[in-house]
Amino acid sequence: MKKIYANASDALDGVLSDGMMIAAGGFGLCGIPELLLEAIKDSGAQDLTFASNNAGVDDFGIGILLQTKQVKKMISSYVGENAEFMRQYLAGELELEFNPQGTLAERMRAGGAGIPGFYTKTGVGTVIAEGKEHKDFNGETYILEEGIFADLAIVKAWKADDTGNLIFRKTARNFNVPAATCGKVCIAEVEEIVPRGSMDPDAIHLPGIYVHRIIQGDHEKRIEQRTTRKKEDA
Amino acid sequence: MPWDRNQMAARAAQELEDGMYVNLGIGIPTLVANYVGDKDITLQSENGMLGMGPFPFEGEEDPDLINAGKQTITELSRTAYFDSATSFAMIRGGKIAAAVLGAMEVDEEGDLANWMIPGVLVKGMGGAMDLVAGVGRVIVVMDHTNKHGKSKLLKKCTLPLTGKKVVNRIITNLGVLDVVEGGLKIVEIAEGVTEYDIRAATEANIVN
Repeated sequence: MKKIYANASDALDGVLSDGMMIAAGGFGLCGIPELLLEAIKDSGAQDLTFASNNAGVDDFGIGILLQTKQVKKMISSYVGENAEFMRQYLAGELELEFNPQGTLAERMRAGGAGIPGFYTKTGVGTVIAEGKEHKDFNGETYILEEGIFADLAIVKAWKADDTGNLIFRKTARNFNVPAATCGKVCIAEVEEIVPRGSMDPDAIHLPGIYVHRIIQGDHEKRIEQRTTRKKEDA
Repeated sequence: MPWDRNQMAARAAQELEDGMYVNLGIGIPTLVANYVGDKDITLQSENGMLGMGPFPFEGEEDPDLINAGKQTITELSRTAYFDSATSFAMIRGGKIAAAVLGAMEVDEEGDLANWMIPGVLVKGMGGAMDLVAGVGRVIVVMDHTNKHGKSKLLKKCTLPLTGKKVVNRIITNLGVLDVVEGGLKIVEIAEGVTEYDIRAATEANIVN
């Protein structure tokens, strides 16, 4: 089965629809599937729910889909970098479900692993625990969190082979692995598609079984907080 | 003289022991890394890295290498990368010895509020709730009072909580306090500050 598609629009063809839930990889602007997000914007798909740690910035990442009002709901842990997000949320135009970051990651991992729910101590005694089942184990209280089963996963990796085996680079791995696993269909955009056999099988971060469609493209890879030190400080 | 930001960070660094894996929050906690000296400390960045290095030199920034504050950073010879689920598995699993975090409010039961001011600041909790629920020891570093002069060490937190009964030690500009049975206990007073100053700036019950 051929997994490689010509571009992001082609890869989304037949798997993107209004009202669907999309799990997206990335942390801040690092390792986000920027080409697929751009193509989703161009597609005009509406009422989307995104499970994504962040919401990008106003003009990059998921932020571009907020500008066009294509997002109905966000499931995120931190959205502080996006002014348009705040505006829509405070105006009641956008639903928001805050998840603690580790709970969000584990919800995706669990969904991908066929686990519908798990208990965690995270959030006990806070607003996050309201309305959730509480259960004690060994004298400690935990809350029930549910796995995420997304209709579509969109992720960004460094390299892929044509079977979908993926290698990520440095901290750009982040949510891409759990997000990829929890989608019924997963599309990966990569910087380079390499020949089969050229990646060390022991070094594959995500096996191709989780990846259904692959595209290669040029990435802007924008830096959100460029922070440096002077040579003389070293 | 109360401690300044750097002195608070230096005091917090004394809490870290050789061999510890530690997570440092944003703000003053980030400065703690400058004061660990010869101790062998491995810093975790919850976006998927152990062994966080210093900021890069100008021109050497890598968009694929950032910390949890989204700042560009560098790797060390000991660095390991992993995905977010693995990162929080080590946090939730109690593998991280300590977290040093900022706070808006802490109360005498060790409740912590540092993520939300309803109607004003609604950015999200990020990884803070996971950290305080999972790490071995939670050390809060913050000013003793807010910009209006009101105590941040309260009988009961007023803001939405990040965690309940999670704080072990509080390092402020005035000194060091532990959360113990019945309230807070003063364990150290900054040079030039008196016990009276700390009591006057603290709403929480102070036990002897």
